[in-house]
Amino acid sequence: MNRSAICGWVILAMAVPAFAIDSDEPLADPQQQALYETLTAEVRCLVCQNQTVGDSTAPLAADLRREIRAMVEAGQDEAEIKTFLTERYGDFVLYRPRYTGPAAVLWATPVVLLILGGIVLWRILRRRASLPVPAHDDVSEGGGA
Amino acid sequence: MSRFVIPILAFGLLVVVFWVGLGRDPSYVPSPLIGKPAPAFALPRLDNPEIILTEADLRGQVSLVNIWATWCVGCRQEHDTLLRIAAGEDVPIYGLNWKDDTAKAQDWLTRLGDPYAATGVDGDGRVAIDWGVYGAPETFLLDASGVVLYKHIAPLTMDIWREEFLPRIRQARNQTQ
Repeated sequence: MNRSAICGWVILAMAVPAFAIDSDEPLADPQQQALYETLTAEVRCLVCQNQTVGDSTAPLAADLRREIRAMVEAGQDEAEIKTFLTERYGDFVLYRPRYTGPAAVLWATPVVLLILGGIVLWRILRRRASLPVPAHDDVSEGGGA
Repeated sequence: MSRFVIPILAFGLLVVVFWVGLGRDPSYVPSPLIGKPAPAFALPRLDNPEIILTEADLRGQVSLVNIWATWCVGCRQEHDTLLRIAAGEDVPIYGLNWKDDTAKAQDWLTRLGDPYAATGVDGDGRVAIDWGVYGAPETFLLDASGVVLYKHIAPLTMDIWREEFLPRIRQARNQTQ
């Protein structure tokens, strides 16, 4: 057996079968199923906080999947279901925080830091530009600033 | 020396942010229910399923709502504290038996003592979702009009009772008088 074949078998042997956590029947309406999948991938399981309710085996996650499924089947839209969840569990239940309220600080911080960094960089460059050029030319290349 | 002012201030700010952040319990999720009327519910009572316990039964005086189950280790830990509160204080404790086996729950109260004025059975966890419950034991403090004043997550101890609950109960009673 050549080396690449052995490699192939080793990789195959490492493959672990994936078990679906959510083993419920898909919803009849594909649009509703898509909404259900979007929501279960965006709602946090509060028992095991780094998992979504779609990924978690916790009983609470199963309960929340059941509630989300029922609401989707009842024809509620994404915003209504998210409001239902945040009224009970707070914004923390959403993996993607809203743009309003205290979470707005979270969204704004990278932009603010980028602008501050830009200002600092601009000031340093401007100061450098106004420095006199060294009179001697024996500075070795890459000799630092 | 003024060139050091901004880096030192920035460093100080980061120290404060991290210090506060490290002191926080990441598993604690503040309840959005505080300051709002307790969610409506209608649950069969554990001692007699023909009697329905509702949020209206909680009104009229300051009360506690305790979420418990026999599979919950923390509930066993806090059970003696609940018994002491029930015996010594003029605050009724209402139980919400969450996703539990009814026979086991009845046996639990017979064996260990029953601190509850009444317990509602939430077999499928639907009421618990309305209350934003995510891990038993949880204890809610309600004022006489049924508004949620405070929520404690984790087993109750007499220290927590004295420090977090009693001052709020006193305040709630003074306001209604």
